[in-house]
Amino acid sequence: MSDKDGKDRPGEGQPSDAAAAPTPLVVPASPMFERPSRRDMLKRVGLAAGVLTGSAVLGRAVWDRGGFGVAAGQGARQVRDYRLREVAPEHAELAIAKGKAGEAVSADALVRRAVDAMGGIKRFVSRGDVVVIKPNIGWDRMPIHAANTNPDVVGAVIQLAIEAGAKRVVVADGSCNDPNRCFQRSGIWRKAYALGAEVVLPAAHRFRTTRMRGEVLDEWPIFTTLVDADKVINVPVAKHHNLAKFTAAMKNWYGVLGGRRNRLHQNIDTSIADLATFMRPTLVVVDAMRVLMRNGPQGGNIDDTKVMNQVFATVDQVAADAYGATLIGQHRDNLPYLKMGHERGLGTMYWEQLRVREV
Amino acid sequence: MAASPSHSGAARGSSAPAHAGIALDLGAIERGHAHDHAPVEPIPWKTGDVGVVAPLDVDTSFVPTIPATYGLKVPPAPGPVAGPPPAKKTGCGSLCGCGSVAGSAKAPAPAKKTGCGSSCGCGSAAASAKAPAPAKDAAAMRRAASSRIAELASILGIGTPRERAGASPDAGAPAKGEPPKGASGGKKPPKKLPGSGIPARRSIRILVWVRRAAQLGFFSLFMFFLFQTGFRGNFAASADTPVRLPYPVEAFLLADPFVTAMTFGATHQVYRGLLWSVGLLAVTLVFGRVFCGWICPFGTLHHFFGWLLPSRKGRGASRVEANKTHGYQRAKYYLMYAFLLASLAGSAIGGLFDPICVAVRAIGLGVIPGVQYMAGRALGAAQDIPARPVQHAADGAQDVLATTVWQSHQFYFHQTWLIVALLVAILFLNRFIPRFWCRVLCPLGAFLGVFARFALFGMEKDHAKCTDCNLCLVNCQGADSPQGGVKWRQDECHMCLNCESACPEDVIKFRLLPNRKSRIGVPDLQRRTLLATAAAGAAFIPAARIADSLDVNYHAKVIRPPGAVEERAFLERCIRCAECMKVCPNNALHPAMFESGVEGLWTPILIARIGYCEHSCVLCGQVCPTGAIQKITEKEKLGQGIPPVKIGTAFYDLGRCLPWSMGTPCIVCEEFCPTSPKAIWVEEVEAPMRDSKPGPDGTEPAMLTVKLQRPHVDPSLCIGCGACEKVCPVQDQPAVYITSVGESRSKTNVILLENTNYNQG
Repeated sequence: MSDKDGKDRPGEGQPSDAAAAPTPLVVPASPMFERPSRRDMLKRVGLAAGVLTGSAVLGRAVWDRGGFGVAAGQGARQVRDYRLREVAPEHAELAIAKGKAGEAVSADALVRRAVDAMGGIKRFVSRGDVVVIKPNIGWDRMPIHAANTNPDVVGAVIQLAIEAGAKRVVVADGSCNDPNRCFQRSGIWRKAYALGAEVVLPAAHRFRTTRMRGEVLDEWPIFTTLVDADKVINVPVAKHHNLAKFTAAMKNWYGVLGGRRNRLHQNIDTSIADLATFMRPTLVVVDAMRVLMRNGPQGGNIDDTKVMNQVFATVDQVAADAYGATLIGQHRDNLPYLKMGHERGLGTMYWEQLRVREV
Repeated sequence: MAASPSHSGAARGSSAPAHAGIALDLGAIERGHAHDHAPVEPIPWKTGDVGVVAPLDVDTSFVPTIPATYGLKVPPAPGPVAGPPPAKKTGCGSLCGCGSVAGSAKAPAPAKKTGCGSSCGCGSAAASAKAPAPAKDAAAMRRAASSRIAELASILGIGTPRERAGASPDAGAPAKGEPPKGASGGKKPPKKLPGSGIPARRSIRILVWVRRAAQLGFFSLFMFFLFQTGFRGNFAASADTPVRLPYPVEAFLLADPFVTAMTFGATHQVYRGLLWSVGLLAVTLVFGRVFCGWICPFGTLHHFFGWLLPSRKGRGASRVEANKTHGYQRAKYYLMYAFLLASLAGSAIGGLFDPICVAVRAIGLGVIPGVQYMAGRALGAAQDIPARPVQHAADGAQDVLATTVWQSHQFYFHQTWLIVALLVAILFLNRFIPRFWCRVLCPLGAFLGVFARFALFGMEKDHAKCTDCNLCLVNCQGADSPQGGVKWRQDECHMCLNCESACPEDVIKFRLLPNRKSRIGVPDLQRRTLLATAAAGAAFIPAARIADSLDVNYHAKVIRPPGAVEERAFLERCIRCAECMKVCPNNALHPAMFESGVEGLWTPILIARIGYCEHSCVLCGQVCPTGAIQKITEKEKLGQGIPPVKIGTAFYDLGRCLPWSMGTPCIVCEEFCPTSPKAIWVEEVEAPMRDSKPGPDGTEPAMLTVKLQRPHVDPSLCIGCGACEKVCPVQDQPAVYITSVGESRSKTNVILLENTNYNQG
């Protein structure tokens, strides 16, 4: 650079030579040792200063001061509340549709009876709604094993939502076993597809970390498909659970969570209550067509199941579980998560006090 | 003939216009001229004073006086003379298609600029058409030659862009001398054909394109099968439909006769679908190694990289040199025989080098998950951009990719870096030796090469016509000596037909039942090397088993997939193709490093911490091409009426287990245990536990009592699926883990007396 300058503009080398003259320095004659021009020096210094300033500004902008608590986010407790605001006194609060003993009854008819007793599907789903239906598709089991929601019950709910004019009906769950296998072998995929509903499998990219601010569930990855909706219908299956003793509506929200949810079992009751606080569905339709009485939640043995031919609908998740527990001979006092839900005001564990209608 | 070094140097410079696209090493050509073929007249093109080279046998009245810089100096004789030149462009094809009309077609020669070289079907007829073509045709011939070489260069990708561009000024120069043509010829430089410019037979030119289409098609099919090697569910299937893959994703392996030969050598049987490989053998016996040149997806990959990598540099002379037959190509035969002997000794270890296995393993376990990881990061970042359309697009892209290319969650593979590094290395070697893998290492290619000597289809060469232009060598894939003066190596040839397509002199002819005057069908193996390598292959297996990994000190973590046969039989069959690992829906199966000894490299092992064996899944057996994992049914695996398939047994580390040692409820393991009745059962206890907080006034913390369910394993029910280990919340080192003991395939690796029955089976 400098030698080039020197060759190009030999005249400009003079001042620097002159400046150096008073000192007894040996000024080399060779143009190779000529001093750079002032303009050139200013440019260089300016460039160096610019780079320094730039890196300093960038460093300051992304400075992490360290220490605990800095990274902790803010934000209030998140609640996904899809419930209806109005209460109609003429409608049931817990509608239980039972097939008569020995009568061949279709799941479709039972679901319709239960929902009609609740005021009809039009009360819950409006024209143009995006309706998300959350069955239990947790396990690689067939319908006969009663570990997942009966596909006919899911199908009946889909049908109702479509009849009410829903814009889109989405069926989704976060499975425990391989989701492809669970969705196919539960029979729900086929049923939902035949009825024209969208089926969304829990792909990794569908989960977003969300701040729930629960007692034990603070930040967790949430299955966004299940919460991006106008109306959410919880369609669990009532069954035995070895740790929680009974599972239906409230624990069904485990399917909302991603991540390592196996840790929740250390405080299963509180995490169930946290999830039920986070997710407030529009409607709960519990499948008790065939109930897993033992070896829950996964089952696998048909001998462990019992045909009950029942479907019950409510908007109160706590009452749904409290009633459902009676089906497998459990009592609400043995289920701590019901008590927590009751105390948190999510619903009532004394389901008898609701307007119960048996249809 | 008496070419001096300085001579060839001059030739390189002066003949540049016609051959700039390939920059031949004329020195090499001179050296190669010591071949034993019939003496030919001095080839002017080689001695530097070249204008036109006509086919020697037809027309020796070439015009040696046209200087090399003819491009500028030659009077453009025929061009202006011709009546309506541009109009002939379409007419040419019909005119020059037949020999008799060709004579009259000579007059409007400039019309040939595009039409003739590419569209007319002259073939051999062109030779007779050219016979009366005198020197006045020279300009047209040159243009045809240049168009030909430019076309070749662009199609085959030889020559750097600069060199291709460098060819065009020369070619464009004559256009300047021809005012009427200048305007039209400006945008597209006239093409030249090298040498005599005899185009290849139309059938060959078509077949070359058919071959490219076949390569693309088979590679796409291979990738499609690889993408389909995984269960994605089926919305149309009813609940009780058995879960199977809809496509025969292992088809390429079933068609692989080397796999068949190895497993036959080890087991003396041909397992199920491997009988298909006889079909490929039949194809080889008719057409030679067409598998290598037309079908093999790994070969196509190397073909592509051999085109991509050296095309920037190392082409021309060094490429011609690299594409000559070399002694190192024998290595693949030695490898092949070593692997066959190793299979006779009881191990299908040759699968480590089988090209289809390498392709499935490296692409399926390395490239696809790697691309998925990067795409997931990129699309995940796009999802965070606060703009609805971007988020939707990223979401949609992830959905499409998850349902077509990979799975809905990221897959990881144990120590797969080595597999990928080796893939990158062998792909990179194409830079120095095109198709290095195919020529030097591929045991399947060697195996097919053994049979190619019987092929009915092959090459004839007329050495006398060869001008040593080396265009055949530039384009050769197999390094099988297609050039004149040496014998064709049938066992090395990939039958890509590039040589005949490129040959401008009518030297090379592929045909059914050719004469065999100029071919070598048998590789010139050195007997001592062959014996030594084959013996090494046979000796390797017992040597590897002396190391304590099989008969004694069997590794607890070598957990084979369900349906795997007994370990020795397993090693006889497993070709490490990684199909089972790719298909496993839970990412449970992984390539072993040295867990099962050096012999077991990249055989499948189950790592339950990454994924467990899905209870009702039998897909690994479905895709296993060799029966190392048997095609069991769900009924057999679950043990309905018969004992279930056990792959190991679960054990508790009580010191780490929450209910056992920390007074905390858990039993996720019990919840996930898939057997019925569950192999994990819980014991209800009331256990003492110390309060975490100190008592009032700093007294000792109070003692509490907690109700706990403590898990136990029933070893007679446990199938070792590893679901408990996978879901154990003790993250780093699980409190429950499986080991291989108790696997139902082994009679020695057992715990319980009831399973220790030497009379079984």
